[in-house]
Amino acid sequence: MNAMQIAVALWTLVGKEVRRFTRIWPQTLLPPSITMTMYFIIFGNLIGSRIGPMDGYDYMDFIVPGLIMMAVITNSYSNVASSFFSNKFQRSIEEMMVSPMPNWVILAGFILGGMARGLGVGIIVTGVSLFFTRIDVAHPLLTIGVVVLTAALFATGGFINALLGKKFDDISIVPTFVLTPLTYLGGVFYSISLLPDFWQGVSMLNPILYMVNVFRYGFLGVSDIPVGWALAAICAFITVLFAIALWMLERGKGIRG
Amino acid sequence: MAEPALSIRGLTKVYGNGFHALKGIDLDVQQGDFFALLGPNGAGKSTTLGVVCSLVQKTAGKVSVFGIDIDKDFARAKNNLGVVPQEFNFNQFEKVEDIILAQAGYYGMSHREAKPRAAELLKDLGLWDKRDGSARALSGGMKRRLMIARALIHRPKLLILDEPTAGVDIELRRSMWDYMRRINREEGTTIILTTHYLEEAESLCRNIAIINHGEIVKNTSVRELLGQLNTETFLLDLAEQVSEVPTLDDFQIEKVDSSQLAVSVKRGQRLNDLFSQLSDLGLTVVSMRNRANRLEEMFVSMVEESNAEAAK
Repeated sequence: MNAMQIAVALWTLVGKEVRRFTRIWPQTLLPPSITMTMYFIIFGNLIGSRIGPMDGYDYMDFIVPGLIMMAVITNSYSNVASSFFSNKFQRSIEEMMVSPMPNWVILAGFILGGMARGLGVGIIVTGVSLFFTRIDVAHPLLTIGVVVLTAALFATGGFINALLGKKFDDISIVPTFVLTPLTYLGGVFYSISLLPDFWQGVSMLNPILYMVNVFRYGFLGVSDIPVGWALAAICAFITVLFAIALWMLERGKGIRG
Repeated sequence: MAEPALSIRGLTKVYGNGFHALKGIDLDVQQGDFFALLGPNGAGKSTTLGVVCSLVQKTAGKVSVFGIDIDKDFARAKNNLGVVPQEFNFNQFEKVEDIILAQAGYYGMSHREAKPRAAELLKDLGLWDKRDGSARALSGGMKRRLMIARALIHRPKLLILDEPTAGVDIELRRSMWDYMRRINREEGTTIILTTHYLEEAESLCRNIAIINHGEIVKNTSVRELLGQLNTETFLLDLAEQVSEVPTLDDFQIEKVDSSQLAVSVKRGQRLNDLFSQLSDLGLTVVSMRNRANRLEEMFVSMVEESNAEAAK
């Protein structure tokens, strides 16, 4: 395939993915908006008003970046995991396998589709948050950069999960037992400076902490960890996961007899 | 001589559970051919075709499509291939036309090029009125035709059909046959077909391979294969009722019911002799037909022979 044909194939796949999650918006776009509204009302307004400032910021302002990031992470991941797995389940993945489309295009198409949903939900949640607080962005480019990279990282993770999954239960295990706890413990609702030294050390092993903190730094200009180091770590994670996913796809893991 | 549309050498497939699905098969399908790959369930037909279209990873061997080695340039080889699998493998929730257009996109066809081609195929295959509906609303026969339209969107030179008419009613099956004959004859598309309907293979295909236990048992033309048929069994409907099986010289005969006889006619025997002997006995034949499709008889005998060999 020449470059133009590859671009057409990639555009086709991304367009198909975007049409999928917009067609079923009551399942994909609406629920995270409602959940995040609940977080803003309960944690931000009702409980937050009694907690007082966090790292020198109003509690609502502190949790907004974390909640946006949480929505982006969950939706990027689950979009690719469920879409690719359902392609496997319905065997419509064979449409792509029999075509001359290179494997990296298939992988990139699903990742970009997942990113589109993650970032779309992120924009919706940001819009919802404007009903509760005013958002000032200290470093706009950094903010956009880190949220895009995070969406790419978790979309790639979702792809690997779907490749390995054999039944629908398998694609809900990681989000339920890994992603959700890591997100909650990733400094969405609190600053890790509140934790004892030992637990601060343990928290530093949580990759989501870095993403939430860099994103918050982009908004507020305050972070628990060095921003440059965190960005480098996210890029490294993306490279490694993309390479693993591509290797699995080339070998036909989970999709080829 | 032109490169074969498909050339397979020493193709071997051993699945993870140790099952030896293909045992080093060799097969050539010439350009423009209408070729049948026949075999009982689990013989290795779908595995062979799966390797050719990248759905199954081969263990060993070489496969070339129009001279392009799939190990060297699978993408270019795939450009020449259209695949209609045995089972429905499209997203049932998508619109009919969207399924075809997406497939065109995967082959790098621009929307401008794909749209009229999709319309042409949807019209040819009687799906035009359904183009905006969800694929799950289609009948089984329509879903099969949708997969044919999808496989042809990029104008492949080799079309692989894995049991394309399974579960399709007779009228629709015949219209699909006409369509396949047309693209084979008019567009020169090479067609490889697997089927359990031997009548289908006899009616459509010029050449044939029979596979069993992962090995090619026979690879020849349909005409030559039928020429090897030693015995044909005919069912004769009689005007009279018979209580006992009539005795005929040189013909093996059995009674099916009081007005129907089954007669085995060996190669070289003349039907005239049969009819004259029946006339002498005062029996009138009002109609006759083959007990089984001729190719089916041949197929069954070859598979039985191959099973007996395998059991040794």
